[in-house]
Amino acid sequence: MAHNRLLPRDRILPLLILAAATFGWELATDVFQIPRWVLPPPSAVLHALVRDQQLLLRHLAVTMEEVGLGLMLSVLLAVVLAIGIVSSRLVERSVYPLVVASQAVPIVALAPILLIWFGYGLTPKVIVVVLVCFFPIAVNLVDGLRGVDREFVDLVRSLGGTPWQALRVVRIPAALPSFFSGLRVAAAVSVIGALIGEWVGSSAGLGYLMIRAASQFHTDRVFAAVLLSAIASIALFWTVGLLEYVALPWRRAAKTEP
Amino acid sequence: MKSPSPLWRVELRHVTKSFYRGRQPLSVLGPLDLRVADREFVALVGPSGCGKSTLLNLIAGIEQPTSGEVWLDGELAPERLGRVAYMHQRDLLLPWRTVLENALLPLELRGIPRREAVARALPWFERFGLAEFTQAYPAQLSGGMRQRVAFLRTLLADRPLLLLDEPFGALDALTRASLQEWLLALWEELDRTVILVTHDVEEALILSDRVFVLSPRPGTIVCELIVELPRPRSYAMVTDPRFVQLKAEILAHLRARTTLEVPLHGT
Ligand SMILES: Nc1ncnc2c1ncn2[C@@H]1O[C@H](COP(=O)(O)OP(=O)(O)OP(=O)(O)O)[C@@H](O)[C@H]1O
Ligand SMILES: [Mg+2]
Repeated sequence: MAHNRLLPRDRILPLLILAAATFGWELATDVFQIPRWVLPPPSAVLHALVRDQQLLLRHLAVTMEEVGLGLMLSVLLAVVLAIGIVSSRLVERSVYPLVVASQAVPIVALAPILLIWFGYGLTPKVIVVVLVCFFPIAVNLVDGLRGVDREFVDLVRSLGGTPWQALRVVRIPAALPSFFSGLRVAAAVSVIGALIGEWVGSSAGLGYLMIRAASQFHTDRVFAAVLLSAIASIALFWTVGLLEYVALPWRRAAKTEP
Repeated sequence: MKSPSPLWRVELRHVTKSFYRGRQPLSVLGPLDLRVADREFVALVGPSGCGKSTLLNLIAGIEQPTSGEVWLDGELAPERLGRVAYMHQRDLLLPWRTVLENALLPLELRGIPRREAVARALPWFERFGLAEFTQAYPAQLSGGMRQRVAFLRTLLADRPLLLLDEPFGALDALTRASLQEWLLALWEELDRTVILVTHDVEEALILSDRVFVLSPRPGTIVCELIVELPRPRSYAMVTDPRFVQLKAEILAHLRARTTLEVPLHGT
């Protein structure tokens, strides 16, 4: 109902569209007699999801390990870079262009080289995740740190605070909302990074599973793996949103009366 | 009030300040000499943009003068950040901190343990009518409350010299009058030196021992008036002939030098 709290009106329409599309897909595969190995109907994908759940979860765990490690390292790298860039002209001039250039490197070309250097293990995948994830975090954080009201910093100075205290008390908290914006983008693309890393060469992970299943024409399993990675991306995105909600209580206060 | 050898809390010697707009230097302040004695309450009035906030920034040490010297407590003070308590024109409450955390900032920056800081500050929240709001965020406060928090923070910096830049600027007349009387009572018991910047001539006269009128940019001192009204002061004095006379004098000075580019609106 329109008054339902769990399903407010602005959630109903997207769900309806999703349901209609799924239903249309199911119907189309049936009506046009599309072979299952070309396009499995949603029911077959769901079936594969349940049937292969142990297999899928095992590979999901591998992918999520790469994503988790990659995201953590990305945050670390981005924080160090951003603080360096905003506190030193020299670092800004020398490092910032390299940071931007790193995004021009085609990852599909880089991944095989990483494979040669680091083998089939965890490392090359984590590196690919870091490559796609640190950038949005770093750029947003730099903007956030730069956008800090100068008078807040002057306030800390006039109270006898050190530059380090100004960073801790003013700059970092003021930049947190931008940091979370960057982190949200990073979380959303992180899974893709891990999948690309796995496609190039691996022995486990959802990306590996997709390639192997496709080569064996287990198309329903491919779709199940795709669905699972999409769910993982969305879950990561929401997790960051939740972290933000917990970490920035004052943002909520701005919208409510005491 | 009167020490044998006059030890000035603040002394400005021939101070000037220019900013650069592109390559063009823009002279904003001075040359200006100013001396304020211990426990004196001094007000600065002047047209908008004449450099009043710049002057306070110079005294606080946020800016350095282009030429001239700033002395504090009888010595030249080239590095003076942290030596005076400064209430900026904007309240500058950190939106991510609660009222309590905002007010405690000066104590925190000096490394005073939180427990002790809270103990020291709590009685003041009562006095400031903020006791119920210690856990609120600045966005949840009214304008008058925000200014009181900013004021409390300045007070907790615990410095003998207070610089107040239009502390009641953004308020309606009623709230402002009550906060002025409240500041008056507070100052009389606090033993601090105050330099108050204001647009409000009555506020200047009610509160202070001396009033300086500044010229339009670049701000220089046009005249100095000694306010010989007895203390404790109250708003009843606005009808006192001496008060009326002083007010007329200040307004005449301001009008004589204020061209039409500065509208005579409210504040
Ligand atoms: N950092 C700065 N860089 C360049 N110009 C500045 C800077 N700070 C102030 N100014 C200029 O100096 C002049 C004086 O500014 P100031 O803020 O001291 O005026 P004010 O007397 O406090 O005005 P108001 O009463 O409106 O607050 C203004 O013209 C302003 O544009
Ligand atoms: Mg000002």
